[in-house]
Amino acid sequence: MTASRTYQTEAIILKRIKLGEADRILTLYTPELGKLKAVAKGTRRPQSKLGGHVELLTHSRLMLARGRNLDIITQAQTINNFLPIKDDLERISRGLYIAELVDSFTGEHIEDRRLFDLVLATLHQLSQAKDCEPILRYFELHLLDHLGYRPQLQQCTECNSTLKPEANFFSPSHGGVLCHDCGFHEPVARPLSLNALKVLRLWQNCDYAAARRVKINPELATELEQVMREYIKYLLEKQLKSTAWLDKLKRTTQPK
Amino acid sequence: MPTAEPIARLIEELNRLPSIGPKSAQRLTYYLLRAPANEVAALADAIRNLKEKLVLCSICLNITDSDPCAICRNEERDRTKICIVEEPIDILPLERTKKYKGLYHVLYGVIAPTDGIGPDELKIKELLSRLNDGLVTEVILATNPNLEGETTAMYLQRLIAPLGIRITRLARGLPYGGDLEYADDVTLSRALEGRQEM
Repeated sequence: MTASRTYQTEAIILKRIKLGEADRILTLYTPELGKLKAVAKGTRRPQSKLGGHVELLTHSRLMLARGRNLDIITQAQTINNFLPIKDDLERISRGLYIAELVDSFTGEHIEDRRLFDLVLATLHQLSQAKDCEPILRYFELHLLDHLGYRPQLQQCTECNSTLKPEANFFSPSHGGVLCHDCGFHEPVARPLSLNALKVLRLWQNCDYAAARRVKINPELATELEQVMREYIKYLLEKQLKSTAWLDKLKRTTQPK
Repeated sequence: MPTAEPIARLIEELNRLPSIGPKSAQRLTYYLLRAPANEVAALADAIRNLKEKLVLCSICLNITDSDPCAICRNEERDRTKICIVEEPIDILPLERTKKYKGLYHVLYGVIAPTDGIGPDELKIKELLSRLNDGLVTEVILATNPNLEGETTAMYLQRLIAPLGIRITRLARGLPYGGDLEYADDVTLSRALEGRQEM
């Protein structure tokens, strides 16, 4: 029996690169097939019937035909276009960061429905958020958790002692927190304030609704961002490209 | 028998071009070998001129053979309007409409965070210094209607707004000759928002 020549799937569009005259290669994240690449023909022409249905950060239902190398998208229908993300520079930029994170941490053709659901939930949250940063941190924590890099936040990763309510250290190479004594002797560890530890612990074990209720001052937000960024950089052995843009955006003042 | 060096070299050079494979490169090479000498010389000249005679216009940064370019030099064009495009090639379709009489500015790309392309890689500084002379009253953002194009447009809007210049964006709606059935929700919502009295 031969496999059917066409198949359907839901997908979130993570990445697009130009191909030839008017085509694009898309990187899709799907619930049943994991990450995969597919060709979207003619999507750069204004009259393309796929066009907006396969725009970045869109949740679509797709029909694909098996191709020799890459499969080809033959039909597309938007499920959710996340317009509130696309209408807002802050949210678009965070959305692209999320897409880059998922693309960097996943391999092709590895099914992972829970991760798909997490990404989808995150885009929904991002559509409604006033402050995008907590959503990114929550997503980073749960993405890492899900992939087996859950940071250890309860005990010291060196001496196993329960952490005291004081300023501790975070070490990317240990994958978690070091107590005050151990961290002191570890040159690569960075200080971690008690508030930061508390917020990370809470986020690790709550849902989005609860995560959004946490009030965070700008100083703490910056600390949390730096901790997660260092940890992710250590795991990926590279800096994500979109972080430079996020930093740039923060320095550009909003017109009031 | 090994191929003669000039033939092998041309095959190799042609092979570098987009969508020219080794077989096409061979075919082109042997075609040129038999073509009349003046035809081959004309092609060689045309290729050489491409790099030697072309410069960037010092005003709009379009590719031109004379600086400033024909559009920026033209006294009849409206100097109070600047239309911002991603690439020099985008000027062609806009000029074909014959509806636009202002000047242009080429960015040479769009903000694409996941490719590591930020505003510093684009010709934004040049744009801002053009806007500083106080002559320009309207900036038309004509970046492509996709995620990167919109991102770039929104970022430019943020930079230009404090200067008090009118900022407009090309309308985003249904393409002529298109079909409502296939329109995506974003395009349709924009088309509804931008609907006009008739």
